[in-house]
Amino acid sequence: MTKLKYEELKNMRDLIKKSNKNEILVSMGTCGIAAGGDRIYEILKKEISERDLEDIITVKKTGCLGLCFCEPNLIIKIQGLPEVGYGYLNEDIVYKIITEHIMKKTIIDDYVIFLPTIDLFAKNNKNEFENDIKYIFVWEPDKKKNIYNTFIKKITNKNLQEKIKIYSTKYIGMSNKNPIIKILPENIIYSNFTEHQIENIIETHFIKKTIINEFLLFSDNPNIKIREHNKQYNQIRVVLKNSGYIDPENVNDYINRDGYMALEKVLLNMTPEAVIEEIKKSGLRGRGGAGFPTGIKWEITKNTDSDIKYIVCNADEGDPGAYMDRSILEGDPYSVIEGMTICAYAVGARNGYIYVRAEYPLAIKRLEMAINKAKELGLLGENILGTNFSFDIEIRLGAGAFVCGEETALIASIEGKRGMPKPRPPFPSKEGLWGKPTVINNVETWANIPIIINKGYEWFSSIGTEQSKGTKVFALTGKVKNPGLIEVAMGTTLKEIIYNIGGGIFNNKRFKAAQSGGPSGGVISEDFIDYPIEYESLQKIGSMMGSGGLIVMDEDDCMVDVAKFYLQFTVDESCGKCAPCRIGGKQLLEILKSISSGKAEENDIERLKRISLAMNKASLCGLGQSSPNPVISTLKYFEYEYIEHIRDRKCKTGKCKELIIYEINPDKCIGCGACALRCPVTAISGEKRKPHVIDQLKCVKCGECYNTCKFGAINKN
Amino acid sequence: MTMQKEEIKLPNEIIEYIEKNSNKKGFEIMILHKIQEIYGYVPRKIAMELSRKLNIPLAKIYGIITFYHIFKLNKPGKYRISVCMGTACYLKGGEDILGEIENILGIGVNSTTEDGIFSIEIVRCIGCCGIAPAIVINNKVYGNLKKDQLIEILSEYTKIEGKEIKND
Ligand SMILES: Cc1cc2nc3c(=O)[nH]c(=O)nc-3n(C[C@H](O)[C@H](O)[C@H](O)COP(=O)(O)O)c2cc1C
Ligand code: FES
Repeated sequence: MTKLKYEELKNMRDLIKKSNKNEILVSMGTCGIAAGGDRIYEILKKEISERDLEDIITVKKTGCLGLCFCEPNLIIKIQGLPEVGYGYLNEDIVYKIITEHIMKKTIIDDYVIFLPTIDLFAKNNKNEFENDIKYIFVWEPDKKKNIYNTFIKKITNKNLQEKIKIYSTKYIGMSNKNPIIKILPENIIYSNFTEHQIENIIETHFIKKTIINEFLLFSDNPNIKIREHNKQYNQIRVVLKNSGYIDPENVNDYINRDGYMALEKVLLNMTPEAVIEEIKKSGLRGRGGAGFPTGIKWEITKNTDSDIKYIVCNADEGDPGAYMDRSILEGDPYSVIEGMTICAYAVGARNGYIYVRAEYPLAIKRLEMAINKAKELGLLGENILGTNFSFDIEIRLGAGAFVCGEETALIASIEGKRGMPKPRPPFPSKEGLWGKPTVINNVETWANIPIIINKGYEWFSSIGTEQSKGTKVFALTGKVKNPGLIEVAMGTTLKEIIYNIGGGIFNNKRFKAAQSGGPSGGVISEDFIDYPIEYESLQKIGSMMGSGGLIVMDEDDCMVDVAKFYLQFTVDESCGKCAPCRIGGKQLLEILKSISSGKAEENDIERLKRISLAMNKASLCGLGQSSPNPVISTLKYFEYEYIEHIRDRKCKTGKCKELIIYEINPDKCIGCGACALRCPVTAISGEKRKPHVIDQLKCVKCGECYNTCKFGAINKN
Repeated sequence: MTMQKEEIKLPNEIIEYIEKNSNKKGFEIMILHKIQEIYGYVPRKIAMELSRKLNIPLAKIYGIITFYHIFKLNKPGKYRISVCMGTACYLKGGEDILGEIENILGIGVNSTTEDGIFSIEIVRCIGCCGIAPAIVINNKVYGNLKKDQLIEILSEYTKIEGKEIKND
């Protein structure tokens, strides 16, 4: 392909948009593949080809849909049917999708899923619906199908079954304690009604064609007002707009969804100053953790005199429990590249680097493909789009050092050195890579740039709160029912995230705390579950936004153990350059270990606090300064748990293994000897058919006896 | 370059890679990645050759290798089992998974089975937290793991090697 000039890119986009075809998009990010997405893709490819359906529908790979809990999954767009997804796929369902959905144009009951948000580009590809058919999709938390069956009965009674189709779903894009229905094509969502009100819904909505405000949770028609307390449809995909909708390995798919329109606009109609002004006004702040205003950062680099300047993308994603950046790179690599290119134009840089974790092979592969393709098309390299602006990007791999996520350490690592941080100032925006002014931003920050330019700062800053604009992507994991990648407006509360999006706590356990900000962050306790999630408010309660890892913990998780886990991590990752971090971290860890093994004294809590303060004040870089945070914040909200460990030598959750005591209840033990056989240290003895005993001095608390006993005769305290 | 040809015993693949990228600054880490991709670790001999070829002190190369966790100095097993010990996996029982793998194979972390087939290491998050607990064997990710699936998963590999896992 030849390099594109400006008009040619425009023509190309018009052509692609016209050729909108039917497609199946199989979610194939790293975890999609791990869940079996690659098998599903292969089967579809083979079957579609063998049945000569290739002219009718194209099978594509796409990035993460964010719905990790129902993988493998896919989205299917076909003329005449509403666009739906299918989740929890297996081979049988895939064959059914081909024979029923594609060939007979009938939706398959039970396996339907919906993406949690409306597509920003929905207008471009809203399917035509045949013969004004209406679709009702039903989701019921108890899976008993009462609502579904009642709808079927009532609709059949009224002889409307040809006009209104009903399907039950596995997931409907949100969660509620009551059943939810989604009506297409009008895209109306109702909930909080009872079985007896179904008659009323059919009469009012379908026959009288009136919206029922009382039950309304969502509508994408801006003229329809939703009651405040019903507003629950809280995901909005700005950064993730393409993930799950495009084939990340195909630049046409990106261009089809307004890809490279921002670059076009910038190169042809905007001065560098105007670009920076736009980003400043949008209120965008860095998504890598600290939340520094992006426009101001760019301005500093622009205004620093230098012949050479650099652009860097921080894709080191070191937070152990987060995968936002991986998903963006795997699902929509061009958006990051376009964002960096726009910045290069604004600040006057010629070269850029993407520093990506080596642990993300698929993201690296997709980035490489995207960079090569962009170069081929003249969207990177010399004379971009025929202008005299040139910019090139190179990939550099991280090598498994958390500290290299810190910007000065990252720069050292790109320079080929040990990733040691440096004191700031000078900040990289003035003196960065090889001493030159360098803009360094996080993956998600970059992915926000094109859409801000396209839709304007006013649109962007209308999302979010006063001080935190736009959206934030979170990797919602831990003890939630529906773990996954989510994107919400800044200011959304933890409660909304956990209950409406995450579906509540796994196994209906009790929520205890959520950790955000990874090893540099802190826990958010139940008291703050209604607090808006934004930069300042999180800092106020001793946590931090971080890059977006949000780990939910339940009553079975021990806060001392969690603090110990993070400290073990930061001790392993400390580069050792400064004493407060190197020695302080180790001290903290030792004290936490003694607490969790029942060997601590009460004044150890005071020592934890003192060391934490010293590390925070005296460490060289952000790693050391923030690594005591998990200790400080768990102490702040769960000090009683520390005291229980120290004073009573007890860990209620049983996580601190050394504090557990296993005992045999003689009333229940039948003397079968099964536990004694399993015990690795022969700590259990007893006569056959007589109650056994555990020798506490020998016991290593492995829990094998507890797991083996079929009679519940082993007590765990 | 002023070096004598016969001194260089680096494989062609590496030499080509170095030469193709000779205009890039700070490329040492990328070259080490390439070496590890080929050998599974960074053999001492190769590190020495590299030091000669790039004309940088061996101490500096070792400085880099030892700083970054990803680089290995010892040969790993044919199948490298990386057990995730990131936060999500830890909370969902990553330690039990690790313990079970150690039990089955009879080796600990950072060691290799006698027949050289498996080695175990710990990684900090592979970005699959949504399907925690997770492990990676070479490049294949296994998620939502339960302890009792491990025998079966490991057997897939021993079968390829014509061996069996003793299950006691
Ligand atoms: C210990 C430590 C680890 C960090 N890890 C990351 C990371 O993995 N990814 C990231 O984007 N920023 C990370 N940061 C923040 C970066 O130093 C820097 O602030 C960020 O890349 C700036 O980009 P932004 O303004 O777009 O957020 C880390 C900071 C510290 C102190
Ligand atoms: S914590 Fe294991 S994959 Fe992220």
